[in-house]
Amino acid sequence: MAVAIVKAEGAGAEAVEYAARIDRVSKSFAGPAGQQLVLDDISLDVAPGEFVTLLGASGCGKSTLLNLVAGLDRPSSGEISTDGRPALMFQEHALFPWLTAGKNIELALKLRGVPRAERRGRAEELLELVRLKGSYGKRVHELSGGMRQRVAMARALAQDSRLLLMDEPFAALDAITRDVLHDELTRIWAETGLSVLFVTHNVREAVRLAQRVVLLASRPGRVAREWRVGIPQPRRIEDAPVAELSREITEVLRGEIRRHGQH
Amino acid sequence: MASTETTDTPADTDGLGGLEAGLDALETSEARRPPFRRTLIDKILPPIVAVAVVLVVWQGLISLRIVDDPARLPSPADVAGEFRDAWLQGTLLGFVWTSISRGLLGFLFALAIGTPLGLLVARVKFVRAAIGPILSGLQSLPSVAWVPPAVIWLGLNNSMMYAVILLGAVPSVANGLVSGIDQVPPLFLRAGRTMGATGVRGAWHIVMPAALPGYLGGLKQGWAFSWRSLMAAEIIASSPDLGIGLGALLENGRNASSMAMVFEAIVLILFVGIAIDLLIFSPLERWVLRSRGLLVRN
Repeated sequence: MAVAIVKAEGAGAEAVEYAARIDRVSKSFAGPAGQQLVLDDISLDVAPGEFVTLLGASGCGKSTLLNLVAGLDRPSSGEISTDGRPALMFQEHALFPWLTAGKNIELALKLRGVPRAERRGRAEELLELVRLKGSYGKRVHELSGGMRQRVAMARALAQDSRLLLMDEPFAALDAITRDVLHDELTRIWAETGLSVLFVTHNVREAVRLAQRVVLLASRPGRVAREWRVGIPQPRRIEDAPVAELSREITEVLRGEIRRHGQH
Repeated sequence: MASTETTDTPADTDGLGGLEAGLDALETSEARRPPFRRTLIDKILPPIVAVAVVLVVWQGLISLRIVDDPARLPSPADVAGEFRDAWLQGTLLGFVWTSISRGLLGFLFALAIGTPLGLLVARVKFVRAAIGPILSGLQSLPSVAWVPPAVIWLGLNNSMMYAVILLGAVPSVANGLVSGIDQVPPLFLRAGRTMGATGVRGAWHIVMPAALPGYLGGLKQGWAFSWRSLMAAEIIASSPDLGIGLGALLENGRNASSMAMVFEAIVLILFVGIAIDLLIFSPLERWVLRSRGLLVRN
């Protein structure tokens, strides 16, 4: 925490103009047919407090890109800088089953150096933020899928990062729960002022949540197009403007996918 | 950004909160502990019935004179008499304690050696390549095989007993930890790393607790191997200096052609093995698995 605060104050005068800056990043992996280019010269800035979704079909390297931003892997070329260490949420909740919901959050607090006396109270606050008051002592297996993702969100928020990276966090949930969590995420994003980089292959989800949708082309992944989403929040996934923009984006996405069938 | 500002009215928030509370309630169910009477009928009664059946068959063999030779098969009453005598002479607990104290102390040594060894094999590639296969091979070597060399190297004393226990149990403990660590889901490691748990902190907060079920399995097997190797050692290597443990008791019974005493020793060996497992390892294992939702209760 200390590091993040110092950084924020130090940067206060000149104002950090990005939460994450992806600058001409390429990534290749050693494959059976030699080096395989997965990400090709991607540049993308996420402004402080901005909500950006990365949208793409399989093979666009969106999860690879997120791993690079999270610092779990290094780009082959180009540079990535973030304002502090970002928090990361996965498609699976990734909560530790040997800890209770509350202790999972406290572990994140402990690892960033929050003193013991403050941890319990902070964890309770975060649980309340994701509306799981009273679930402190629950074991992970006692929670439903939606509740687990909310605890995971609370744990990510406990890292006190300025940037939250989300790797298809709601893809494994049922449609009703996902819809509710969209509302929840929008609310938390507005309350905390976080920057969010959200990866998905669901066009409507991307439009429902984001201020900006970035479409990645596949094999190799590169930025195909971007849209600013001007529809005011709170939005619903079934709203007409959301559907309209989703339709437009889907057309472009399909065009990108068709290119791969032509040779 | 102004155009996308959230306009959350209080009523709207309440609506979402209520919706979530409803979903949460629908998707979770309270796990209840079964009443004691159920546990009694389901868990405690069956083994008692099994033991009773064995006793009845045993007594039947004697009463119906199917086996009519006390030197081959003593009656349950004879064996019980042997127990009573040992109890009245005050030697019964001594036999048991001699073996248990050796077994547990040896097992603790095995823990102290096997745990760091397992960590080393799991985390250091060279060490794994060098001794990993030997370590798993050693598990299938009956530890009785170690008794003759241990006697020759160390003589007839307690160190030889401990050496045999260690050689039997260390591979199990180490291998249990290795497979526990190998089975830690990579997702946990990635999640830990994004939270800043790397290096020693990662090992302590993520790897060790995640590997605990596998490690416990190794401990359980390690204890079984310890106990077996100790009994083998006590039967083969008897000496007045060593004190009479359960293995020595069995050997004494054989020398005295007292089948009742041999049975007494066998029953005690079995009893201690089961008791330690039931009192220490099973509760520990069940607690760990249950708290992680890995134990399905039907």
